[in-house]
Amino acid sequence: MSGRITRDEAAHVARLARLRFSDEELDELAAQLSAVLDHAADVEALDVTDIAPTSHPHPLVNVTRADEVRPSLDRDEVLAQAPSVDDGQFRVPPILGEAP
Amino acid sequence: MSGAPGREAALGDGWELVVGLEVHVELSTATKLFCGCANRFGDEPNTNVCPVCLGLPGSLPVVNAAAVDFAMRLGRALGCEARGAVFARKNYFYPDMPKAYQISQYDQPTNTDGRLELPGGHTVGIERAHIEEDTGKTTHIGGGGRIHDADYALVDYNRAGVPLVEIVSRPDIRGAEQARAYVRELRAILLAVGVSDARMEEGSMRVDANVSVRPAGSDELRTRCEIKNLSSLRALGRAIVYEAQRHVDLWSGGERPRQETRHWDEANGRTTPGRSKEDADDYRYFQDPDLVPLAPAAETVAAIDAALPPLPAARRADLAADGGGAVSAEDAALLVERGQDGLVRAAIAAGADPGVAATRVANDLAVEDWAPVTPEGLAALVAMETSGRLTATQSKQVLAEMAEGGGFPDAIAERRGFQAMAGDDLAAVVDQVISENAEAWSRFCAGDEAERKKLAGFLTGQVMRATRGQADGAAVNRLLAARARSRP
Repeated sequence: MSGRITRDEAAHVARLARLRFSDEELDELAAQLSAVLDHAADVEALDVTDIAPTSHPHPLVNVTRADEVRPSLDRDEVLAQAPSVDDGQFRVPPILGEAP
Repeated sequence: MSGAPGREAALGDGWELVVGLEVHVELSTATKLFCGCANRFGDEPNTNVCPVCLGLPGSLPVVNAAAVDFAMRLGRALGCEARGAVFARKNYFYPDMPKAYQISQYDQPTNTDGRLELPGGHTVGIERAHIEEDTGKTTHIGGGGRIHDADYALVDYNRAGVPLVEIVSRPDIRGAEQARAYVRELRAILLAVGVSDARMEEGSMRVDANVSVRPAGSDELRTRCEIKNLSSLRALGRAIVYEAQRHVDLWSGGERPRQETRHWDEANGRTTPGRSKEDADDYRYFQDPDLVPLAPAAETVAAIDAALPPLPAARRADLAADGGGAVSAEDAALLVERGQDGLVRAAIAAGADPGVAATRVANDLAVEDWAPVTPEGLAALVAMETSGRLTATQSKQVLAEMAEGGGFPDAIAERRGFQAMAGDDLAAVVDQVISENAEAWSRFCAGDEAERKKLAGFLTGQVMRATRGQADGAAVNRLLAARARSRP
């Protein structure tokens, strides 16, 4: 696969992330994203017939922790880092539409 | 009570309802899915948060072993295959998830291919039951509470990261009543395996319904709509009936429904359009590089299977067997749902009449706390009722007092002055009422069925008044019928 990303595709991904770019920026990003896909395509060219799919570079499974409560953060400290706060909660701009 | 066939509201001629349910259940672990913050409902906002569930840079999630165990217990109870699983990121931009993604399972979920058998016998396939984290809670402020007019929103992340299992059924449900029976049965299973409190009204069990219709007899799957905001079984049933009819009307008028998410508007009894359903592609799922796969050992699965408690279907069967055919299917389903099957079975073992014991508890012990009612006490109560010492009405009152810790039934009955009248005394009262109401009595004897029924009510009322309610209504009716038959 050639791995080319069009400006429209770049714009679609930007919209999903609620990011706004100029046409020039979208062209630049499309080229950069295409370069990433081209690199993946290089790997795709290798013959991996006899290699089992690997989900993770570490040879580990079942890494878990016990179900024990640990201290949470101090709320004032947490909220002090937010741009806007109201009534012990994070205050965010009006949200158009509902959660996906 | 449950899944009674033939009670489904009929769609227009020639249409069949196709429903699949997605049920989100909060697991009752002590901590969240990927961090040690408390999993607790109702705390002050943003007090159970840490770098992991706030998505702060550099934090790393570690899986809660209990959440995996709970999810597998549920999966095995639903007859699922327990599989190796991988966590994936579901990417979306919305402030209820501060990381800008939700950790879920996508193409390799923990449980696949199960089934749930409804009390009526219909089987619903389970496609998957996967583990994921819950989102934070957003509250829209201003604009009369409507999302689109809000001035701003407040976010509480206490719920962000709470472990969920999402149980996805196959589109095997054919009616609103069946959908309700499915949710009731799933809830009974959740309670039996002890992995969630599964309260719809508190949001620890949330149901979305995928609804479509098709020509009866076909096996096609037409455009479906996903109905959200179903906060009760009643809402679930009404929403399915409404939505199915909307689809039938559209198809019948030469139009087609749009694939979208819709909201149930309980006040107006209709669904309203929400956002267009995003493609799975738009979520750009990929394996979470911060988490390694789950690979349950065969011994782990075997241990979970061995520790599963008796499930509702088996408990209904046990109760039916102990009842020797005298316990109705409706009573059995209700008793198991309320966890009262053990009490009734023990009372039967102690000698109680199975049908009376089951009916009395099913009808008259719908209380939160019935612990004071012992099997021996229940058996004694049932014996008093079947021997005629107590009328049905008196028996109900005694049972209510037993549940409040009133003690043994004979003591309660004595305290309340309940003594069903001995047969001879009652016969004397009936004869007196007959002679005092000669005209009514002649009409009773000569009347057709309706007239007879009406006058029986009147005459029984007179007997009740004369005995100050201590007569057994059924016995009075028997006496009246016998006197009418032997009338010269």
